[in-house]
Amino acid sequence: MRKIMVISTVRILPILLVSLASGTAVHAQGPRAAGGPPPSAKAAAPVDLTGYWESLVTTEDWVYRMVTPRPGDYAGVPLKPAGIQVMDAWNPAKDTAAGEQCKSYGAPAIMRVPEHLHITWQDDQTLKMQTDAGEQTRLFHFVPSMAAAHGPRTWQGYSVAQWELQSQGGGRGPPGKVVWGALKVTTDDLKAGYLRKNGVPYSEKTQVMEYYDPVQEDDGDGLLVVTSFVTDPVYLFGPFVTDNNFLKLSSAAGWEPSACSAMW
Amino acid sequence: MAGKQSRLRLAQRARRGMLVRGVGCAIALTLAAAALPVRAQGGAAQEPVDLSGSWVPYFNNNVLEVLEGPFTDDWTGMPLSAAGRALAQSYSASMYAEPERVCQLYGQWKYMTAPFSMRIWPVVRGSTDDIVAWRLQKTEDQGGMTIWMDGRPPPSKYLDYPRGAFTTGYWKGNTLIAHTIHMKMAPARNNGGFYSDQATLTSTFIAHGDSLITVFVLHDPVYFTQPFVYSRAWSRSARPASTTWPPCIVNYEGIEEGVVPFFLPGKDPLLDQMMQLFHVPVYASEGGADTMYPAFRDKLKAQYLKLYPTFPKNCTQYCTTFRSGRPAANLPQPVGRAAGKSGRRKAPSGP
Repeated sequence: MRKIMVISTVRILPILLVSLASGTAVHAQGPRAAGGPPPSAKAAAPVDLTGYWESLVTTEDWVYRMVTPRPGDYAGVPLKPAGIQVMDAWNPAKDTAAGEQCKSYGAPAIMRVPEHLHITWQDDQTLKMQTDAGEQTRLFHFVPSMAAAHGPRTWQGYSVAQWELQSQGGGRGPPGKVVWGALKVTTDDLKAGYLRKNGVPYSEKTQVMEYYDPVQEDDGDGLLVVTSFVTDPVYLFGPFVTDNNFLKLSSAAGWEPSACSAMW
Repeated sequence: MAGKQSRLRLAQRARRGMLVRGVGCAIALTLAAAALPVRAQGGAAQEPVDLSGSWVPYFNNNVLEVLEGPFTDDWTGMPLSAAGRALAQSYSASMYAEPERVCQLYGQWKYMTAPFSMRIWPVVRGSTDDIVAWRLQKTEDQGGMTIWMDGRPPPSKYLDYPRGAFTTGYWKGNTLIAHTIHMKMAPARNNGGFYSDQATLTSTFIAHGDSLITVFVLHDPVYFTQPFVYSRAWSRSARPASTTWPPCIVNYEGIEEGVVPFFLPGKDPLLDQMMQLFHVPVYASEGGADTMYPAFRDKLKAQYLKLYPTFPKNCTQYCTTFRSGRPAANLPQPVGRAAGKSGRRKAPSGP
């Protein structure tokens, strides 16, 4: 009897150990959807972007962001001759008279404007971003609607969002628990506007791809780095890529909505 | 009978020994089997992202500094302390010709702001090629950055560490976070905006496919009042980045021993460049933490808009950094005087 038990143990032990090992691996893959619907974008969010954020204009293009750039200055922008022509015709008074003073607050430019952001969930599948500068609202749709995507062009266009999930561990092993992530947003259906306040143009064929990467400092300060890739076959030779840093705020202090201005 | 019992006991012992050995062997085999996937995942496969390769920065951000070099008095957006400001305003580019300072230009901050491409490769060790560090190099004279991933302890704070400083890192998802200590005093901007040897640096490397986003946060209790943040985007390049520039070698560069080039604070004749070229007043160009935040625009608005009509109708200097769509520096400007830039003007020398 004892012999049988010992032999059984000898046979079963490897199976038990292998089972335990593989069980661990399966568990490390995270929870499985047991036939139910996938979690909403809000529930699946690997990071919390909601709250108030403030632009941090350190050394990067201060003279193009904190003040209205000089007329005809397009340093850093791969502008085609056609774009230079449009820029040289910039007339802020005319824009204001035409009710187009928000031309420099469109999605390709808005993250570059010194401002505060307020990010909330409009619903479980739509992230809403409001700006105090220019009082703009961007909606990031995790479940895009084809009908809405091809509506009238607007300053903020139509944005489709997705989470980029980052797991613990990596390589060829099974994916681990989601520990971090980033937001990827693609925007088109834009109304033509300005990349910079001084009339550096983008056309309505412009597309914007953005990464929203939260960065947590050891001292607790939260940063949001928004990297924006603007492509425009009409006015740009190549992508216009900028990084924009935002500091997490604990309250709405400093939130001062201001209307669009064509000049400031 | 005794002999038979003895043989039986021996046989039982032998069976028990076999069983014990069998169990031990089974456990060993099982553990070895369990270990196999780990070994198979050794080296680069253990890393969530393979950062190795050559990376080219985009030339859209901060072009005046990256391509042209900063203006003499442009410390906008830098959280300079009073000491940092005084040092910046007494800066002369000729100081780098002092033997003690020939290599001071090259610090860790250069990885973010210099216009060069960057090469990253893993440092592997052992039979499984475990990655013990990531190595970054732009040009040899910058000293490189080695991000140790093996949890090694930092060197003594009393150790005079090389210019490459000491950096440790860890992964958080696909994000590599690195902390640098033992830094030497070096410029955070090439116009006298220095960080001290008390500074520490947190670098974040975020990979998105063939794009890399790097975020540097510099903490300096001496010359800054708040962290100095800088981010930059890179694209992966199939062409290897050259890192074979000659290393920084201390040499005689025209400054006699004992001579220290400097300006008395505020006496550099080029300290009005930001006003002349961009209508940015001194209280903004001299920097400080408040210049980093949107509310600072309120201070500027009235004066700036009043001066705005006095700009030339068409930009005359430092208006573009692209030639036929490709980034370029020092492009000929249409008309107007060529303003001196930092490092291009002789400074008076003091004892």
